[in-house]
Amino acid sequence: MSRNIDQDLSRFKDIVRGKVRRQLRKYITHGEMIGRKGRDYVSIPVPNIDIPHFQHGQKGAGGVGQGDGDVGQPIGRGQDDGDGQGQAGDQPGSGHIREVEVTLDELAEMLGQELELPRIEPKGKNNITTKKDRYTSIRTTGPNSLRHLKRTYKKALRRLIASDDYDPKHPVIVPTRDDQLYRSWKTTDEPETNAAVIYVMDVSGSMTDDQKEIVRIEAFWIDTWLQNQYDGIETRYVIHDAVAREVDEDTFYHTRESGGTRISSAYNVVNSLIQRDFNPTDWNIYVFQFSDGDNWGEDNRDCLEILTENIVPHCNLFCYGQVESPYGSGEFIRELQDVREQFDNVVLSEIENKEGIYESIKAFLGKGK
Amino acid sequence: MPVSTHRQLPSNIAAIQCEMEAHAANYGLDFYDTIFEFVNYEELSMIAAYGGFPTRYPHWRFGAQFDELMKGYTYGLQKIYEMVINTDPCYAYLLSCNSLTDQKLVIAHVYGHCDFFKNNAWFAPTNRKMLDQMANHASRVKRYIDRYGSETVEEFIDACLSLEDLIDAHLPHVKRQQEEAPPKPVNEDQESEESTRKFPSKGYMDPYINPPDVLQAEADEERKTQENKEKSRSFPDTPQRDVLLFLLEHAPLKSWQHDVLSIIRNEAYYFLPQGQTKIMNEGWASYWHSKIMTTHGLTDAEVIEYADHHSGTMATSRNRLNPYKLGIELFKDIERRWDQGKFGPEYEACDDMHDKAKWDRQLGKGREKIFEVRRVHNDVTFIDNFLTPEFCIEQNFFQYQYNEDTNYYEIADREFNAIKQQLLNNLTNHGRPFIHVLDGNYRNRGELYLFHKFQGTELKQDYAEDTLVNLEKLWSRPVHIETVVDDTPTILSYDGSEHVSNPKS
Repeated sequence: MSRNIDQDLSRFKDIVRGKVRRQLRKYITHGEMIGRKGRDYVSIPVPNIDIPHFQHGQKGAGGVGQGDGDVGQPIGRGQDDGDGQGQAGDQPGSGHIREVEVTLDELAEMLGQELELPRIEPKGKNNITTKKDRYTSIRTTGPNSLRHLKRTYKKALRRLIASDDYDPKHPVIVPTRDDQLYRSWKTTDEPETNAAVIYVMDVSGSMTDDQKEIVRIEAFWIDTWLQNQYDGIETRYVIHDAVAREVDEDTFYHTRESGGTRISSAYNVVNSLIQRDFNPTDWNIYVFQFSDGDNWGEDNRDCLEILTENIVPHCNLFCYGQVESPYGSGEFIRELQDVREQFDNVVLSEIENKEGIYESIKAFLGKGK
Repeated sequence: MPVSTHRQLPSNIAAIQCEMEAHAANYGLDFYDTIFEFVNYEELSMIAAYGGFPTRYPHWRFGAQFDELMKGYTYGLQKIYEMVINTDPCYAYLLSCNSLTDQKLVIAHVYGHCDFFKNNAWFAPTNRKMLDQMANHASRVKRYIDRYGSETVEEFIDACLSLEDLIDAHLPHVKRQQEEAPPKPVNEDQESEESTRKFPSKGYMDPYINPPDVLQAEADEERKTQENKEKSRSFPDTPQRDVLLFLLEHAPLKSWQHDVLSIIRNEAYYFLPQGQTKIMNEGWASYWHSKIMTTHGLTDAEVIEYADHHSGTMATSRNRLNPYKLGIELFKDIERRWDQGKFGPEYEACDDMHDKAKWDRQLGKGREKIFEVRRVHNDVTFIDNFLTPEFCIEQNFFQYQYNEDTNYYEIADREFNAIKQQLLNNLTNHGRPFIHVLDGNYRNRGELYLFHKFQGTELKQDYAEDTLVNLEKLWSRPVHIETVVDDTPTILSYDGSEHVSNPKS
């Protein structure tokens, strides 16, 4: 029987989803609003979900409490303007804002709908297979850790009954060596679509924290979308100034170096990464590069060479996001214009500020590759 | 009954019910028949989300409530033990996973509530067949949804719910309202007007003494001023508390909208007394569960568990007043005072603290007094009449205040008058602002003008603006509310597209 409450609940959830989707642009530009909860969930603060009434604010508000304490002693924090949860007051804790949990998949769906992103057509769908072990059968030999107790005892019981040694009043069953049964596996080939995402960022002195914040937010959304589109993704991070190296995620966002910029160094690292770990016939490779567009002039030629010969031909998509910085010259994007004309899997985007993230994601992922 | 889960109450629970009912009746509690339903937590949450009524009109708010209850339970933050509704017969829901001790406690508690529902004067005007009425409302709303679409109806319900607390707490007790006939339309009958204006004259002199053209001109002028007056007249004549009634009478609503609004208003009035008597109701029920359990109900093995759960319910906190605790303690205090005769002019006049403390006239009127109190009072009058300085000291009460500079709530005062005043402020009108309709024809342009009676606490701005938006949906013309913002009288307005806030000139 379908209960009324289920309908009301699903309607409520629809409303929440709808609110999130309509305000997705805001969530995209303010990445800090999204809190990660475990592996699959994110929590999102959704404003205005309850029904507004004329009601008292906290200015001039007060109440009666019970307990020890001197006059002037604080007993609870007030509500911050905008969001946050108040502890004391007339109606404690019920702010205008409600945290809702959304799965990453749902978030990706919303992103897809809102940005009108096409589904990605993975390359070589049928070529790429992985081997998977499935424990589906039984055999008579194996390690004790795989012993199938139930089957073993059943077999022993059957043997005892057959040989008329079984006494129901003393149901003692001792399996012999012949009774032992073990789980066994079969290896099967399963088609799989895997994606490798390589983020490249310029960490030279001209990239400030603001620029990195933009990169961080954009990378979150790109991850969310690609995760939704592929069975599994591998993410690698490369930072560079005049030299480049592969780092972990935390270092990627928090390193700040001074010194010059040589983008070709990063391209070399990316190239070797692809060579080493991600065979282009097995992997869908995505490279996202973020920079403020500064580069040593004589380095540009090297860059283009590596890019056109070793990187772009192997990638599903090569995206270059140029973050506007007060220090950077913003030259590099012009150098890449030529490459874009040669290859249709190259996307260039200029990100002026946080507001630009939305359009930039749309440009990057709108290709459907 | 649509409400019944059609499950037989387990026999041990039924036995407890019989036992508790007998104890309650022996103490003089007087209640309607009480039907207990045995439900699991999910069912209880569902019923609680619907305010105790299994059949309500469809609305996402109930889903939100349900979601919150279920999450709170899953994360172990909160748990509802029981739910009882004010109907005849009384329906009460027991949580099946509770221990037997808890079931006893809850059943005894429920009988306290049932007695309160039946006997407290503030519940007298409520509809005891509300189960049927609510189901009726649900089917009406569902019909409108079928006819006009769920989005349309939902949007309208949202708007109505936003205003649901703008009702007059005392209206159910007012009799004159119905007797007042609407003012008669101005009589435009030419004949009668002429007769009042005419000078007495003989028939043949009449055209000379009362020249027809002059008469005509006078009558026209009279009618014109009358019309102008009528047009510029602001209504209602006196500020009206029941904003919903005002909207029902004057807002340009379609007939289904009119019906939905009246449903919301009806239900708001039904739930009103529960809010008005929260402290008394819970206090009364707690008083009786503690009395019945400690004198009759408990076996030796159950004492610890009972004490644990009872004290959990009575737990006090520094930033929130526990209505259970305040209620039960105040009832006990009243009983003690009337037992010992600590009231009346003689006691008041006594200024020897020692005498007062030892005062005992052995009147034994306590029990009788608390029954009287539960019959006639609501929370406001309860506190106003029976809160004493001694009680405040004993309970370690204090008054706290929001400090804008530090963004903290701070203990402000331990003085009896300050505490009492604050408590009364918070209880009066449920601590909600007083809002009246001042004018339904503001600036002679058919705009709605509300007035917030400022009592020291300002309105929450963002909520107020959103509420105005909803009000405008119903009124279809610009709406205004006069209130105080940052210590200056201000008019907040919404004209259907933008919010304006002007200092009141």
